[in-house]
Amino acid sequence: MENKENQVLIETKRLKKYFPVPAGFLHAVDDVNLTINKGETLGIVGESGCGKSTLGRVILRLHEATSGDVLYDGMDINNFSAEEMRFMRQNMQIIFQDPYASLNPRMTIGQIIEEPLKLHKIYKTAEERRARVEELMDLVGLPMRSYNQYPHEFDGGRRQRVVIARALSINPQFIVCDEPVSALDVSVQAQILNLLMDLQKKMGLTYMFISHDLSVVKHISTNIGVMYLGQLIEKAPKKNIFEKPLHPYTIALLSAIPSTNVLQKSKKVILKGEITSPINPKVGCRFATRCPFATEKCMNENPQFVEAVPNHFVACHRWEEVANGTLKYEGQ
Amino acid sequence: MENNKVLSVKNLHVHYVTSEMTAKAVNGIDFEVQEGKALGLVGETGAGKTTTALSIMQLIPDPPGIIVDGEIEFEGKNVIYNTDKENEAMRGNGISMIFQDPMTALNPIMTVGEQLAEVVLTHEKVSKAEAKKRVIDLLEIVGVKADRYDDYPHQFSGGQKQRVVIAMSLLCNPKLLIADEPTTALDVTIQAQVLDIINNLREKYKMAMILITHDLGVVAETCDNVAIMYAGQIVESGTVKEVYLNPKHPYTRGLFESIPKLDDDATELIPIEGAISNAADLPTGCYFHPRCRYCQEICKKQQPSQHGDEHKFMCHFDLFSKEEK
Repeated sequence: MENKENQVLIETKRLKKYFPVPAGFLHAVDDVNLTINKGETLGIVGESGCGKSTLGRVILRLHEATSGDVLYDGMDINNFSAEEMRFMRQNMQIIFQDPYASLNPRMTIGQIIEEPLKLHKIYKTAEERRARVEELMDLVGLPMRSYNQYPHEFDGGRRQRVVIARALSINPQFIVCDEPVSALDVSVQAQILNLLMDLQKKMGLTYMFISHDLSVVKHISTNIGVMYLGQLIEKAPKKNIFEKPLHPYTIALLSAIPSTNVLQKSKKVILKGEITSPINPKVGCRFATRCPFATEKCMNENPQFVEAVPNHFVACHRWEEVANGTLKYEGQ
Repeated sequence: MENNKVLSVKNLHVHYVTSEMTAKAVNGIDFEVQEGKALGLVGETGAGKTTTALSIMQLIPDPPGIIVDGEIEFEGKNVIYNTDKENEAMRGNGISMIFQDPMTALNPIMTVGEQLAEVVLTHEKVSKAEAKKRVIDLLEIVGVKADRYDDYPHQFSGGQKQRVVIAMSLLCNPKLLIADEPTTALDVTIQAQVLDIINNLREKYKMAMILITHDLGVVAETCDNVAIMYAGQIVESGTVKEVYLNPKHPYTRGLFESIPKLDDDATELIPIEGAISNAADLPTGCYFHPRCRYCQEICKKQQPSQHGDEHKFMCHFDLFSKEEK
């Protein structure tokens, strides 16, 4: 393996984001430690309200962290001044879920892609900028005739291409993709996924790919992190997550995905209950209320996020029993 | 084999007409639903799935929507000629519908119990006490505790609300349930719970169902038959097994190739190029031809007819038959 593949680009240390709400504090991101290597994709999965989008935003400092550090290439960006941060933003970009809401309807496609170039004063002349915009449009597969068109003339897939071109315009290294294909139809979804993967290969981009769709995450990711109620409860290379998951929640989540395989019907784990409130959560494992294996200890003690197997982290008191097969869901 | 059809749709055409344009949302579809069976209606945004459902319910907004041609026979009666009164009687007792968004399907200023009891009282001559009992029984069946009868919708989570909506749709024992993306707004673990409930109830009440979704996985897990829609037409239909194992239409193939699968490690997805055509400006010939990688001259000029008996598909060519063993 080449050396550069193991260079850490993003690291978070005990990262927390609490939002004040009338009833107390909403623990949107709670004590998250993770690393993303250069050129890799970390997929983040979890159900709505688990804090995956907030995590992405805190890493980009679009939300200020309550506590904890975000290291970008070893630099602690939470201590950067506004001026330093503005410079830093050239390296990090975000692609949002809804391509219908993230484009200014009164600007042409050309203007939209050009705007970050103007803001960051990367090129001196309008001709240089125009050339760069055309290069970007070509890169993401937009025809030149759309330069003077408006977003409303585009369907979801092509809008998302514009969003991607805009994000790439200033040559970022790191892109947070927040559900970038969730609003698209499956046939178009594949176009965008392929585009993102091509671009990663060509430009050595590093992605954090947030999605609730496990099959999409599996397709694009190198490593996968599973979040539950603000916490990262499992993180491992994707192969491990899918073949040997160690957290009972991950196992249930995987089994719940509807499969198109009509020959082999898998037995589903149907969890009782629903995700509990992230406002002032009690001590103990947050999944314990839905976990059929929960013990006294799970109710009263926070599980640590430990490296169970090399590169495979899990936060569960009973992971060893899951690993050696003594703990199993019925029918699995 | 029992062959009791609950619903049969023949040559249905639905247009939305405004002064500027005519959007052809549904363009001649035929299908049947048998007693106790579930049909999955699959397609992308704009394929005409919801318009089909609304036509069956006689809920097409008019204007601009017009059922231009065709028949919708429910229990042997063409509902297109129904009076408003007959429609009211049919909805709820005969056909019931679950909408995609449970957040907007409930009245926010009535308690859940009240709105469910109202459904029973509207459709049947029963006392208030009986109605309440029926509501509580059914809420328990879908997994909502009786003590939540007096709660308001905002006090429920998304999954709980969808259960309430399901209970509401089943209160009057419908023969046919139309579920329009019932789990799309829900998380996967909750989706698994809700699909489990729907499957159990269907078995219990021998109810027929039309499940509208864009998720091929959900159809595989809940339906007996499937119809793939594109630009207002059913391009392929048959049993789930037949269609999934041996798709015959290039569009169906494309759909399967463009979704990432969990049990295989393909590195490259094969997307369908382009996007679905505008319903107000459909192409000539086969509606799929601009996106079809097997497109020939004839496809641009002439609409394909339907081939096959049980497993039907609409394409000029039988492209994939050689692959069969």
